[in-house]
Amino acid sequence: MPPVVDSPALPVTDVDAQHAASLDSSRSEDGALTLTLGGWLDAHTIPGHWKKARALLRDQKPPRVTVDASHLEYCDGAGIAMMVDLQRRQLAAGGTLEIRGLPERYQSLLELFKPDEFQEVARARPVPVCFPEEIGRNTAIILEDIRALLTFIGELFAALAFAIRHPRSVRWRDALLIAENAGVNAIGIVALISFLIGLIMAFQSAIPMRQFGVEIFVADLVALSMFRELGPLMTAIIVAGRSGSAFAAEIGTMKVNEEINALNTMGLDPVRFLVTTRVIAAVAMMPLLTMISNLMGLLGGAVVLMSMKYPFVTYLHQVRGALKLEDLLGGLAKSLVFAVLVAGIGCLRGLQTKKGASAVGISTTRAVVSGIILIVLADGAFSVAFYYLGI
Amino acid sequence: MAKDNDILIRVENLTVGYDDDVVLKDLSFEVRRGEVFVILGGSGCGKSTLLKHLIGLHRPMSGRILIDGDDIAAADGEDRLRLLRRFGVMYQSGALFGSMSLLENVRLALEEFTSLDDEEMDLIARMKLQLVGLAGSENKMPAELSGGMQKRAAIARAMALDPALLFLDEPSAGLDPITSAGLDQLILQLARSLGITFVVVTHELASIHAIAGRVIMLDKQTKGIIATGRPEELRDHSDTPVVRQFFLREAETPVHAKP
Repeated sequence: MPPVVDSPALPVTDVDAQHAASLDSSRSEDGALTLTLGGWLDAHTIPGHWKKARALLRDQKPPRVTVDASHLEYCDGAGIAMMVDLQRRQLAAGGTLEIRGLPERYQSLLELFKPDEFQEVARARPVPVCFPEEIGRNTAIILEDIRALLTFIGELFAALAFAIRHPRSVRWRDALLIAENAGVNAIGIVALISFLIGLIMAFQSAIPMRQFGVEIFVADLVALSMFRELGPLMTAIIVAGRSGSAFAAEIGTMKVNEEINALNTMGLDPVRFLVTTRVIAAVAMMPLLTMISNLMGLLGGAVVLMSMKYPFVTYLHQVRGALKLEDLLGGLAKSLVFAVLVAGIGCLRGLQTKKGASAVGISTTRAVVSGIILIVLADGAFSVAFYYLGI
Repeated sequence: MAKDNDILIRVENLTVGYDDDVVLKDLSFEVRRGEVFVILGGSGCGKSTLLKHLIGLHRPMSGRILIDGDDIAAADGEDRLRLLRRFGVMYQSGALFGSMSLLENVRLALEEFTSLDDEEMDLIARMKLQLVGLAGSENKMPAELSGGMQKRAAIARAMALDPALLFLDEPSAGLDPITSAGLDQLILQLARSLGITFVVVTHELASIHAIAGRVIMLDKQTKGIIATGRPEELRDHSDTPVVRQFFLREAETPVHAKP
């Protein structure tokens, strides 16, 4: 049966038109309250009247209420909601409420709702937690996270070992594309930041050193701190912010769209398929970016010293005297480890993504935060190791 | 143009497409007030594209789309917002906001466009959710729901302000027959009691027969409308083989094999 619309002259909501609702109340001697509704009841016209009706019920506590709805022109869901609301309030207060004269087509709508079903006012998500509970919860989360991290490191190294034994199994085309996005395209920002850091460091240290007439040692300072520490560290932090987050967002979105499940059911291990390529690309790119960073830092230092009338050759000579090969190699070794950490944690956070758009945002944030924490921890470990090794 | 009281949407010589790729050309049709109007057609014929133009997401290449006399294709700024508020849309995959609970999803429009109190908005939102059979799930997050529940929640959200016009994109696709039939009944009930006009994109035959007042059928080859009318008339009396096939659920080949 095709539907037949019951009345061709049915009024239709039109938000442009200026409609209004009306509410009158009268009280009989035995305390019964009569509310007369009229006009156009929708979400835009109703708010004030609804509040007034509620106040009347609350203040007068009438045992019987009659709602006269026979003058209504139009009544939509909001109007029905108001009647249900008054009904449930009367019910809770032990009174009665009768709705009279509601046009037939709205009557059927009202009958869909039982006021007692809306009795308790459900409030949004429960936020539990007292302080000890929160500590316990967070400890559990951290322990769980460490376990996930260890499992993931195992999986990652298994996948990398597999890739080394079967180099043909690696998707080199993907790896190249990622290397371009995460490496080549990052040259500009790495170069700029490193140049500025070299410049600022040289400038800040030149002022006190000048008092002793040893400005030329600024070259040693810049060279050693860039090659040993700041070059690898700054590059890793930039890559964590730029590409670690991108890995997490991309893999996280794939997780949300069930693409990870699709990989799994096709018999493709997501770690081998997605993570290996990214880690390989990062490991290949990070030392190169670090070298660029080192050189740009030196260049920044050179600018400061040249502005103090030292010739470039003198600066270069001084730098050459200050640096040993171990300094460069030590820095590059660090950058390799940073690369594995940044790419790995980015992918792990992506794979841990739960459901929905906000989960992708959370994963991305966590990727950058965990990435930076891991970089700093690893850097500390390297400092201690280098100290004992005498590098 | 004079405001015609029986016609809610009038589409005139509409041509739509992406870049240089024309998907549908020179469409003209009308949707009457209070009817359930179904847009149907095979996969890839441009149903969803047409819908996206009707709700003003894309600009047409040429032609006009008049909703209650105002051209949504030409409207800008304040006028466009005013027009958008006249209707609600349910998207194919629900498009619920993942960071909000169901109740908050439905409440959003009430919060933004009305001056109702918190508890009033809560009640209206809960009633909308009950209407689509989701009472008790108010505080669930969309990610915790099945696909069918998300669709129903999306309908509840589209109805939050009781618009006179609802666009539904494949409401029953992917739902079980019982839920799907329940949804059909809901649509009919709303059309009858509130006089809401529905424009539904679907290719579920059972659903079309249950709800459709009139249908238009789009065709990929001709890039236009190949049939207009009541579904049972089209099924029984259409001259075009493709239309009969569609309604009788036949594969494409037998037509040529038949004598």
